[in-house]
Amino acid sequence: MTTSTRVAPDAPARPAPPARSFRRGAGRVPYLLLLPCLVVIAALLLWPLGQVVVMSLYDLDSVRQVRGQRPWPFAGLANYREILTDPFFHTVLRNTVLFAVANVVLTMVLGTLVGLLLHRLGRRMASFVGGCVLLAWATPALTGTITWKWIFDDTNGLVTWLFNALPDGLSSALFGRSDWTGYGWFNAPLSFFSILTLVIVWHSFPFIAVSVLAGLKSLPGELLEAARVDGAGPWRSFWSITFPLLRPVFGILVVLSTIWDFKVFTQQYVLAGGTQDRPTFMLSIYSYATAFSPPPKYGLGATIAVVLTAILLIVTGVYVRSLLKQEEL
Amino acid sequence: MRRSTVNLLGLLVAAFAVFPVVWMVATSFKSTPEIFSGGPVPFPRHPTLVHYRTILTGDLIPGVTFVDFFRNSVLVAFATVVISGLIALLAATAVARFKFRFRTSILVMLLVVQMIPLEALVIPLFLMIQRLGLYDTLASLVLTYVGFSLPFAVWMLRGFVAAVPVELEEAAAIDGASRAQIFRRILLPLVAPGLAATSIFSFIVAWNELIFALTFLNDQTRYTLPVAMTFFFGRDDTAWGPVMAASTILTIPVLIFFLVVQRRMVSGLAAGAIKG
Repeated sequence: MTTSTRVAPDAPARPAPPARSFRRGAGRVPYLLLLPCLVVIAALLLWPLGQVVVMSLYDLDSVRQVRGQRPWPFAGLANYREILTDPFFHTVLRNTVLFAVANVVLTMVLGTLVGLLLHRLGRRMASFVGGCVLLAWATPALTGTITWKWIFDDTNGLVTWLFNALPDGLSSALFGRSDWTGYGWFNAPLSFFSILTLVIVWHSFPFIAVSVLAGLKSLPGELLEAARVDGAGPWRSFWSITFPLLRPVFGILVVLSTIWDFKVFTQQYVLAGGTQDRPTFMLSIYSYATAFSPPPKYGLGATIAVVLTAILLIVTGVYVRSLLKQEEL
Repeated sequence: MRRSTVNLLGLLVAAFAVFPVVWMVATSFKSTPEIFSGGPVPFPRHPTLVHYRTILTGDLIPGVTFVDFFRNSVLVAFATVVISGLIALLAATAVARFKFRFRTSILVMLLVVQMIPLEALVIPLFLMIQRLGLYDTLASLVLTYVGFSLPFAVWMLRGFVAAVPVELEEAAAIDGASRAQIFRRILLPLVAPGLAATSIFSFIVAWNELIFALTFLNDQTRYTLPVAMTFFFGRDDTAWGPVMAASTILTIPVLIFFLVVQRRMVSGLAAGAIKG
């Protein structure tokens, strides 16, 4: 079932003329077919991408300006100067980078381990565990996060209950408190980020696991077999055989995870209950809150969005290059 | 590692992955006293539908129930799926069936635009929606979601279209079928499974989306499910029963569709449509 006939002029036995007349004169057809798609992408993805840069150069602080009913005062690079000299922006940037790095590392490690595990399991177990893992993947970010929030609820949540169930002496010795009812799990930034990490890793390790598993299945089994015969342990054979062979897969997974973990919004918005929790801000939510929380500052919000986009564009560049090397388009 | 250790680890992973989903569904069927008694009761002792009744019949604001939000979400998702699917099918046919000058550039472009952080486009798209006079309409969301789902939809459908043997189309052409007939009678039925898989992807995009719906909608009667969830339940999270019931209703369609796609992707499409 190949499409070889499409490029096979050396097939004289076939009644070529009609077949070719279907192909020929196709001149404008592909462009016409592509037109709606290109218009939509240009209008809804590319134009806004340019527009966000334009907006970052203006002082925009009312909806009327956004609607074009009031003039836009040109600000030049003032917005950029403002955020780059703002210590709070540095906090946000640090939060974002640290969070992304921690989450990418944890997701990759857990995802890879689960992928290797799925590969080791028997067929029945593998499909059972794989099914459960898929379920975590499929769960919408919103409802998954709401459920984690309920698990960490300060009065009736499961985690609060578990900590209350610890022997009082042990709990006091370890954490300095024995009564956890009413303990705000989301109040301290470190505790908030830990829970957010738990939510993100829970949500994103399945994709890594499934991709790594697919990669493992494509490896020739004899290599690992030979390594084992030669006495290599699992650690050694992973780093000497599996990892080098799957390096392109790992590369792409790291880049994709980085992109996703840099722009986390929904999970944070839901866990923090809106855009009030400034100490835990990261770039996405900071940009959103700046633009839309009263008083609105659309220009400044756009500036933060441009910084986020620029960082991700660099990562994307790496991704596309590695993809082009691998796949034939 | 021994086999039993491996199996035990597998069960631990499965439990971690599935636990929140189970906990969500279980809570939604527990009575309020059972929820508030705390404690790890994995399954409701006396299953009750009271929370589902609360959210489905109770007015969240005068005259508006959860059902209205559900309907808004379904409307938006359905419109997104139809429009996105149609445009993607045309585009996928172009890149899978024709050779033309900018083909490779367009494919690369389709990949690159998928990497644009949509979170960064909220502000300019808000401007666009305001200027088009679409602010506070469901149409604003359909428009946005079509844009977001399209690049991946084309990318995905491209493979399905390419898998349909050209010989079938050529045979039809020989028999005198017009291009439109070939498209409708040959290509469309064979690509249908791929179109279904793509539709499910677009559905999930539209069904789950929060930020844009949060930004573009003002009137509470127009809220989609995710916005309604964060608006009515996100503030003062004490009514966990109804919240988990609503979460379950939002989650189940996605889980079902997701499992369907998994299977569809594997099935062999037009294999066997042509011999030797």
